[in-house]
Amino acid sequence: MTNHFIDYKNSDVVMVIGANPAENHPQAMKWILRGKAERGTKLIVVDPRFTKTAAHADIYAPIRPGTDIAFLLGIINYALEHNLYFHDYVVNYTNASFLVDPNFKFEDGLFSGATTKDGQFVYDPTTWQYQKDKDGKIKRDPTLQDPNCVFQVLKRFVSRYDIKTVCRVTGTPEDVYRQVCELYCSTGRPDKAGNIVYAMGITQHTYGSQNVRAVAILQLLLGNIGIAGGGINAQRGESNVQGSTDMAMLYHLLPGYLSCPDATRHPTLKDYLEKETPKTSFWSNTPKFLISQLKAWFGAKATPENEFCYQWLPKLDGKEHSHMAIFQSMAEGKIKGFFAWGQNPAVGGPAAEPTRKAMEKLDWLVVVDLFETETAAFWRRPGADPRKIKTEVFFLPAAFSYEKEGTVSNSGRWIQYRWKAVDPPGDAKSDLWIVDRLFKAVREEYRKGGRFPEPILNMVWDYDAPGSEEPDINKVALEINGYEVDTGKPLPGFAKLTNTGSTACGCWIYAGYWYPDPDLGVVAAKRRDRTDKTGLGLYPKWSFAWPANRRIVYNRCSCDPSGRPWDPARALVYWDGSKWVTFDVPDFGAKDLATGAEIPPEKSAQNPFIMVPEGVGRLFGAQYGPRAAALKDGPLPEHYEPIESPVRNLMSKQQNNPLAKIYQGEGAARGKPEKYPYILTTHRLVEHYQSGAVTRNSPWLTELMPEMFVGISPRLAAKLGIKPGDRVVVLTARGKVYGRASVLPTLQPLKVDGKEVEVVALPWHWGYQGMAPGDSANVVTALFGDPNTFIPEYKALLCDVRKA
Amino acid sequence: MRKISRREFIKYAGLGVAALSLLGSVGRGGPVFSQGTVGALPKLRRAKETRSICAYCGCGCGLIVYSEDNRVVYVEGDPDHPINEGSMCPKGIALSDANTIVNWQHRRQLNPRRITKVLYRAPGSTCWEEKDWDWALKEIAKRIKATRDATFEEKDEKGVTVNRTQAIAHLGSASLDNEENYLIHKFLRSLGVINIDHHARL
Repeated sequence: MTNHFIDYKNSDVVMVIGANPAENHPQAMKWILRGKAERGTKLIVVDPRFTKTAAHADIYAPIRPGTDIAFLLGIINYALEHNLYFHDYVVNYTNASFLVDPNFKFEDGLFSGATTKDGQFVYDPTTWQYQKDKDGKIKRDPTLQDPNCVFQVLKRFVSRYDIKTVCRVTGTPEDVYRQVCELYCSTGRPDKAGNIVYAMGITQHTYGSQNVRAVAILQLLLGNIGIAGGGINAQRGESNVQGSTDMAMLYHLLPGYLSCPDATRHPTLKDYLEKETPKTSFWSNTPKFLISQLKAWFGAKATPENEFCYQWLPKLDGKEHSHMAIFQSMAEGKIKGFFAWGQNPAVGGPAAEPTRKAMEKLDWLVVVDLFETETAAFWRRPGADPRKIKTEVFFLPAAFSYEKEGTVSNSGRWIQYRWKAVDPPGDAKSDLWIVDRLFKAVREEYRKGGRFPEPILNMVWDYDAPGSEEPDINKVALEINGYEVDTGKPLPGFAKLTNTGSTACGCWIYAGYWYPDPDLGVVAAKRRDRTDKTGLGLYPKWSFAWPANRRIVYNRCSCDPSGRPWDPARALVYWDGSKWVTFDVPDFGAKDLATGAEIPPEKSAQNPFIMVPEGVGRLFGAQYGPRAAALKDGPLPEHYEPIESPVRNLMSKQQNNPLAKIYQGEGAARGKPEKYPYILTTHRLVEHYQSGAVTRNSPWLTELMPEMFVGISPRLAAKLGIKPGDRVVVLTARGKVYGRASVLPTLQPLKVDGKEVEVVALPWHWGYQGMAPGDSANVVTALFGDPNTFIPEYKALLCDVRKA
Repeated sequence: MRKISRREFIKYAGLGVAALSLLGSVGRGGPVFSQGTVGALPKLRRAKETRSICAYCGCGCGLIVYSEDNRVVYVEGDPDHPINEGSMCPKGIALSDANTIVNWQHRRQLNPRRITKVLYRAPGSTCWEEKDWDWALKEIAKRIKATRDATFEEKDEKGVTVNRTQAIAHLGSASLDNEENYLIHKFLRSLGVINIDHHARL
């Protein structure tokens, strides 16, 4: 999230698209309702289902699953056509005035540069670049009139998305859609704040990244980024999915969003730093981040002479190793050992049955969890013969959240401390204890010899606490926070990091979270001070928000170039004529670090987006050097149909995202609308959590929501002769699932290009284990993914429904 | 007003009308003031209070965990917490179930579904066996070493140093603490693992 949950109360208009906070983030919903009660916030809800969030909406806009780009580009077009965008913001703080290569084209649903490589469709992004003058500076036209400037390119591109066309694609009634355009574009003024809230409804598509880009373009045009009450707020589904992402539990990253070394691009540390370090933007500090991380990991062994042990890190092979790719490799027998550590892919991953079957190919599986999950019990799942499954399975019992201590990061980037209430029961242990002991056991084996033992034998691993069974959480946290190598003193923030080896820091964005607060006498993450001077809900002394305890990122954009706040009632920072007054931590150079002198606003007005090399928000996602590559599927979002769709693409002859990632095997089988006429979407319920690994073992929650069900519209139920409570079967090209029919008017057919289209909705919390077993919706989902993130297309598939 | 019996309620819930259960979870926007929480309920006066953060969605709500004799007896929203201001959703308020439940005799006991022993299932076996930690850690370490050493790649086909194994994979976890994930990441990279992923991808 660019902002945070409490900040929702500061919005004039909230548009919830692809999220259902009343169900999945109830306390976030509370802050929307607080805004409604206190300042008259208007709420727009865009969803295929009339959700509990929609029940509170001022405007509810039904949408066909998978058509968010058309919906958002139509609003962008409306803002541009009616001059409702925030002109001064757009000219100064976005790349609207930048000139694009005149050879950039978009024709027949494809961008210029379409080509094939190794038999695969790819784009050559050469024409997706800016024009430069002879000094290498980007050419600009601040009048926004040049036909090649980003503003005009965008205007032409979205002009095809007029209200009529958009509504033919999305199935939204035209009058409702027009109201959405009018209301949301009313925030394109200095004194108004519009907030877009999204979740998996935006991301789980074969163009999920481009959906997010569409949200970003709209928010930039309306001047809604970097201000209180605005922002792009991705509500994250797990208590620490923000933190686990920060800690890079992802193949392509090291902690702190540093790229994992790649064999082709980064054979040496020098190559890595050259390729990964842009000349401008905050990422120009990459060498400090990586070298401090190598010092944290390899200690005294890491020296300038040996590339700080860079070669001890594994390197990627240029292929992707994401969730779906991992199970594909497992099915092919290439993966022999597997840790399912606090995750239950047998229920939560797409194409559940092939996932379960793939685990039969393993030599060994280690499951670390609280309960016997479907993943732990895959070898005795219904229909399997354990005697034929050779996989060895180890189950390590873990501690629950309040049976241990440590920090978790919420969606608003607040790193909060959880104190320990009780010991874990029986032999259960904290995950910290488990990884500590497991690493030590492996190291013990390698003391006797083995292949390339150096990183195992030399990894800094000194977390013992005298007199305690548990590792010392303070030692781990200090390493993440960063410290001076000579003195061991904690670092107050990442500004102190060096590239010489004099500092060690496990995750640069967390620098400061374990630094003692001088007033409160506790480390920042443990702070519980409720001071809120502005009344905006920033709570600067409650826990620690990364980066640098900044509550609203890009906050330079809350002022005009001369430093006056666009809206004094929502001021986060401002220039008083001689110095910056800061209610939030400035996200720009406010003071010279060496001299402490104030930096006047004209300077920071040049680069209010310090994380991108252009220094401004990207309406056009240009190919622009390290850490600013274009998305693989284009510099602008274009509507394509989901891989399985009941209709032809009305926007171009290109039916699907040409770069959509389609995996192999039965899980990737593709259904046709003739056989599977209804749209299938998946969703969650307030009573359960993800794959139900914990909540289906909770008597209270199981009693509240005991059984898998299938949501169908009253019209479809009548057509098929299905009554509420009937047992029905949902079929897709991948398989079938059973459940009881939930027939409610919250689902209605959509009129798509004159044709009525039905949507069938499945919650996905069930499996064959737990107190109340039920079919897993993911048995019928597919191995189709976004080309940038490889997230599965869970939200828009095709199915048939029958009475069982 | 006609009351809905629990049985009827469950029937409706199964049909997707569980909207009812949300009524208590979403405040109407009015401010909530901290009343001080000590001994909010007389029966909790002896209990130990511990501040925690909810284990479910990404809101980061504060909660107070009440425990007696090393067992959780009750969980409530932390009224001092600026995000949830004391209220909790139906899932969050049921967090105590992961530790203890109320049994048919109306007594609180450890959730009998919790796994409290290390378990092992041998190849082709039809059941779990209980084991101890020392055995399991040693055996897993041996498996890791055998798999890693059999598949380790020091260099790729172009002669670039890669120091990796592609035969071990890891998933997890958005349910673990930052410090835990950080150490697991270090552990995996020290082995040369590149197949690492978790919930954030899904």
